[in-house]
Amino acid sequence: MMSAPLIQVRDLVQKIGGQEILKGISLDIQKGETLVLLGKSGGGKSVFLRHLIGLMRPVSGSILFEGREVTRLKERELEPVRKKIGMLFQDGALFDSMNVFDNVAFPLRERGERDPAVIKRKVDESLAMVNMRGHDKKMPVNLSGGMRKRVALARAIISPPDVILYDEPTAGLDPIVSDSINKLICRLQAELHVTSIVVTHDMVSCDHIADRVALLNEGCIYFTGTTEDLRSSTDPTIRDFVDGRSGETIY
Amino acid sequence: MQILGIFSKLHTAFLSFLGQVAMLAGETILSIFCGRIRPKLVIQQIAEIGFRSQLVVIVTGAFTGAVFTAQAYFQFASLNMETAVGPVVAISMFRELGPVLAGLMVAGRVGAAMSAEIGTMRVTQQIDALRALAVNPVDYLVVPRALAMFVSMPFLVVECVGCGILASYYVGVNVLNISGVYFLANTQKFADSSDIIMALVKGFFFAGVIVFISCREGLNAKDGAVGVGRATTSTVVNCSLAILIVNFFLTMALNVIFPAGQ
Repeated sequence: MMSAPLIQVRDLVQKIGGQEILKGISLDIQKGETLVLLGKSGGGKSVFLRHLIGLMRPVSGSILFEGREVTRLKERELEPVRKKIGMLFQDGALFDSMNVFDNVAFPLRERGERDPAVIKRKVDESLAMVNMRGHDKKMPVNLSGGMRKRVALARAIISPPDVILYDEPTAGLDPIVSDSINKLICRLQAELHVTSIVVTHDMVSCDHIADRVALLNEGCIYFTGTTEDLRSSTDPTIRDFVDGRSGETIY
Repeated sequence: MQILGIFSKLHTAFLSFLGQVAMLAGETILSIFCGRIRPKLVIQQIAEIGFRSQLVVIVTGAFTGAVFTAQAYFQFASLNMETAVGPVVAISMFRELGPVLAGLMVAGRVGAAMSAEIGTMRVTQQIDALRALAVNPVDYLVVPRALAMFVSMPFLVVECVGCGILASYYVGVNVLNISGVYFLANTQKFADSSDIIMALVKGFFFAGVIVFISCREGLNAKDGAVGVGRATTSTVVNCSLAILIVNFFLTMALNVIFPAGQ
């Protein structure tokens, strides 16, 4: 028998600047799965992800995390929920006044860890996991895009979360670095057994990491299924996305 | 009709601004008493706000005191009241010029920097990252700055006033040949502890004005680099105006509690 979903999203609606970005999204996310949320750029994928961690409040609808409604919680009431969720922002969102070590150590220190030896060991472990050992003295400004994402990932996993949200983890990276990030996501999944929700428009990435795929189109969940189901679909909208066709004509 | 609409919009924007500043102040004060204080960040901010603002405050205080002394002397000399220059300058420095000028200088130096720093964090998603890591931005960013400001500002005001009076003494006695004995005796006679308390109270209030307006502007910054620039500019303008307006009301209220010349 299937257990209750870890995250249940129901009829989520969000409007930005008068435009309806999310038009009643409903989606279940099971514990331990890697769900890839596909969709066009500017289609509301990141907006959806930000709702899951309470960075945005919906106009209507609900999000249940472990059975608890989170959309109506106050900022401070959300903190226990956020401690269970790690998020990788599109540009890493590293603290630019801190070096790599302090960035990765930040969640530990904020959660009360004071022993420098423990902090050092855990930061080293986290950086090793993302293949970034030896870069701990560097400032974020001196890191490449891929390195910033790796460090941000190390920061997200240092206090092992139950869920990791990835916002366009391979956007703006070359295919080789993208591949290493994909492998890293798979490795974290295997080693930490976390639930992962990956927002992307990168089909290669999707093929590598997805247990299940959801396609966001026009503010609604248009499709859910496996990568194979997606690839074999004959639906024109899905085919356009999978094959990368815009439908525009060149004159 | 259109003018009425614009006036109504401005009025709403002003009330919304005041409301946001008041809410931030309330949340910060609540967080100071109920939340977690980060001593390391507070000390860092004291160094940034208090220690590094000293030069600008000293220079401002000293030259204001010197100029005010010269002007007062040229007026009083025609009435043979040169020895009144000392107390006039001292009381003015304590009650008005010291706190206001120190406030304006700190608003320009520290308020702008605070707003730009927090604004940049806002537009580069660093504040979202804080929130995602279950760290409240008010606890982490505003509380240390507010505490540092409340500690530093009264000292900076005293420094500004002290340097103003020293410069006044130097210019009065050494340049304008006012009797040093009378200068000091009259200053001691007319300036008392209520003047010092008034300076400190004003410094404390101005600290709140600067820190809450600056942090509010930073936390509300949007639209990238342009937005940060806009937030920084409006911080300096709004802080300066607020200091001048708050100063009027403080003067009226404090003169009831500490009447001048009593």
